[in-house]
Amino acid sequence: MTDPALVLDCRGMRCPLPIIELARHIGDVEVGAAVTVLADDPAAASDVPAWCRMRSHEYVGADGDAYTVRRLH
Amino acid sequence: MSTRGVSAPSDALASPPPGAAPPGYFDAASTEPLHPAAREVLLAAADEGWADPARLYGSARRARMLLDNAREIVAAVVGARPDEVTFTASGTQAIQLGMLGSVAARRRQGAGPRAVAVSAVEHSAVLQTAAHLARHESTTTAEVGVDRDGLVDAAEFAAAVDDDTVLACLQAANHEVGTVQPVDEVAARCADLGVPLLVDAAQAAGRLPLPQGWSVLTASAHKWGGPAGVGVLAIRRDVRWRSPLPDDERGGGRVPGFENVPGALAAAAALRARWEEADAVADRQRELVDHIRARIPELLDDVDVVGHPTLRLPHLVTFSCLYLDGEALVSELDRAGFAISSGSSCTSSTLRPSHVLAAMGALTHGNVRVSLTRDATRADVDRFLAAVVEVVTRLRAGLEAL
Repeated sequence: MTDPALVLDCRGMRCPLPIIELARHIGDVEVGAAVTVLADDPAAASDVPAWCRMRSHEYVGADGDAYTVRRLH
Repeated sequence: MSTRGVSAPSDALASPPPGAAPPGYFDAASTEPLHPAAREVLLAAADEGWADPARLYGSARRARMLLDNAREIVAAVVGARPDEVTFTASGTQAIQLGMLGSVAARRRQGAGPRAVAVSAVEHSAVLQTAAHLARHESTTTAEVGVDRDGLVDAAEFAAAVDDDTVLACLQAANHEVGTVQPVDEVAARCADLGVPLLVDAAQAAGRLPLPQGWSVLTASAHKWGGPAGVGVLAIRRDVRWRSPLPDDERGGGRVPGFENVPGALAAAAALRARWEEADAVADRQRELVDHIRARIPELLDDVDVVGHPTLRLPHLVTFSCLYLDGEALVSELDRAGFAISSGSSCTSSTLRPSHVLAAMGALTHGNVRVSLTRDATRADVDRFLAAVVEVVTRLRAGLEAL
């Protein structure tokens, strides 16, 4: 899987906090680079891809508790 | 007998008239207040239908007649024969008995077809009963997914039904997002293979014409304005079903225990009244729901309106607001005078998000389900929209830059 430019450790946080962290930090990486969110709240499995769809970023995929997103704009 | 905590309705100003929900009550999909048509019937039937309907004397025959009358009314609305209809203690009990009995009739000593086909968005009572069957009857569960609108693909569901399928279960309409499922198309495939199809009609009964291809149909009276404690289990005469419970001659051998005659009759009265007004109520509710569906994305950024835009229940609409906590939305809207439910994980006892929203790929946090009662008005809805905007804006304070 894509090597992320940034890893956000959101383990122990409940949704929507991991999604808020992702939104806060997506701008910290270059367009085309990836951010990985570590989140153990089961809602993240739905909410990370849904955030990508709503905010027009690319959902790269999940590996266990690690959800990777590519910044598109 | 202590009646502490039970008081006569003295606070007339705070209480809506009998049969009407308070104006901000938008959780009809959980339950509706008693329909005005059921109220008198419930009281009259409590006076006249108290005797044991299984006995042979006058008052018992009277109770039996009232019960048969209730069964005939419900049968006519759901498209069944009266002898196919039995009243249960709840919609959940109807689902449990319907599923367990259908499987019991087709599996003996661990042999026979073993797969239970369900959609991923069934009510948890269906999914939990499938899990129970897997643990105790060695069945497997074939779960069929849905698209972004929560809609089951009929061909995909049909493909999941084969000679090894012991039972298929597909809801008439979804309880969280309102999407109406292609039951009759799935039913044709099930009929070809001789697989019984259980249809959970809890949200659709009394609101929409029901699909007719079912083998077993279940419903719940309090969802249509009947009393709580009354469910409906209808089993087609040519469908094999065997009670999963100890023998009991009550309820036609299908449902154990002394029948709730007043409850059944009031449920039937509510259903008939509901059905007679269904088109008018649905037209009104569709207009209000369309208004909410159109206005929410105009009024708020970053909201996901979920559920099929046209194949839907008339009274229910669901949306999710990015970055918000569903529990905070429920409690802030409650403070503003609105009762809504949420499929967000923080509002569930298991802290897991709604399996329906997850199966659809919808945003699960910040979720709001609005379901209108029969007498909801445009003014109620407009007040609600204003409250949602105020609450969402306030709760998002500090997150504007995201």
